[in-house]
Amino acid sequence: MIRFLRQCYTITAKDLRSELRTKEALNASLAFSLVILVLFSFAFDPSTDQFHDFSGGFLWLVFAFAGTLILNRSFARELQNDCLDALVASPVPAAALFLGKAVANLLLLMAIEFVSLLAFAFFYQVNWTTHAPSLLLVMALGTWALTVIGTVFSALTVNLRLRELMLPTLVYPLLIPALMAAILLTTDLLSGTPLGGDNLIWVKLLVAFDVIFTAVALAMMDTVLVG
Amino acid sequence: MNALEITGVSKYYGDYPALRDVGFAVEPGTTVALLGRNGAGKTTLLRIIAGLSKPTEGTVKIHGSDTRLEITRRKIGVLGHGISLYDELSAIENLILFGRLYDLENPRKRAEEWLERTGLARVRDGLVREFSRGMRQRLAVARAFLHEPEVLLFDEPFTALDDRAIAVLQTLLRDAHYAGRTIVMSTHQLREALEIATHVTLIQRGRVAYAGVRQQEMVDDPGWLYRTYGEG
Repeated sequence: MIRFLRQCYTITAKDLRSELRTKEALNASLAFSLVILVLFSFAFDPSTDQFHDFSGGFLWLVFAFAGTLILNRSFARELQNDCLDALVASPVPAAALFLGKAVANLLLLMAIEFVSLLAFAFFYQVNWTTHAPSLLLVMALGTWALTVIGTVFSALTVNLRLRELMLPTLVYPLLIPALMAAILLTTDLLSGTPLGGDNLIWVKLLVAFDVIFTAVALAMMDTVLVG
Repeated sequence: MNALEITGVSKYYGDYPALRDVGFAVEPGTTVALLGRNGAGKTTLLRIIAGLSKPTEGTVKIHGSDTRLEITRRKIGVLGHGISLYDELSAIENLILFGRLYDLENPRKRAEEWLERTGLARVRDGLVREFSRGMRQRLAVARAFLHEPEVLLFDEPFTALDDRAIAVLQTLLRDAHYAGRTIVMSTHQLREALEIATHVTLIQRGRVAYAGVRQQEMVDDPGWLYRTYGEG
């Protein structure tokens, strides 16, 4: 188990180091989310009640689209110089490879989302700090769902010519339950409603989604990579 | 026990048969030159042996174990068409990374040793993307040898190498052979390969046309093999 975790850490550290040196996906993803937030701030009146009703949806739309830019690079990065072959031929279990990459993607996505959240709060005059711990928990659960599905499909589509197009086409339909839960919870939290009572069912759904899809991804990764 | 045992391996891409009922065994300490024309199926076979692709039919065993087992993959060193190194990492970072993936005891020390052996110690902290083609190839060779694998699988190892890299690789392959390691290499450079090889396997349109010891005629006249066992 310790060796497995060490191998995960090695993959995570390698992916983060590579990305922080090139900043290819980070720059694209951050620029995209900030541009969307700025543009829509001109289109909507943030003071209306209607805006508060779809604030969660708007925020997760930005997260999901910006996220695919990060996720697309996850396995595509390994194509350069056939690095994926060396990883698959190494004794690292496919599950450790997946988990290491998923954790790296999660950290990168969370960083983008946090900056986006600050920009969102600034441009739309939203107070996100009232239930900050709960909001960060929902963001983490929703982002892990996006990361797990996105990392698996990043591996599946890595050899496709149109992978940039295929990834979102495959990922978004599968993510609908998790996105629905994250959107509803985020809207509640931004409107000042705490977690508990009626909305707890959506937290349970998010947790169940994360657990089930993580287990499935860990089990099927070797088949995804080798066939 | 054979170092490598291939039994009835076929591989189909759709309806196209890349390999058909391929079977041969390789004893430990043998150096096999895997020969054949372009598209004969050499790379497909090497990828299956390396556990990078699954055969449609048949089995591949390395020291009696399945190629996808973790314990088997520890014994294999692969050098494919690509260098399998990260451009944005330095030479030493790349080798330490693979040392950690292979769970070596002291990855940094081993990385430094191999940088020295391949003549890259001077540029250990240089990013791979800044390296010349020859330096990248030498580093790729160091990566493949880093964990001292028992079975070395090389796909066209001499292609695009500069003279220095060829010399380094030939020395390392000879050392590996004398150390009792098993080497399987596909190549078009018959002369370089046959100088080192103890055995030859000729693949012709996905089938084994010849598998046996290297004969002196093959070294004297590399075309002899194709004329005698191949399709001319």
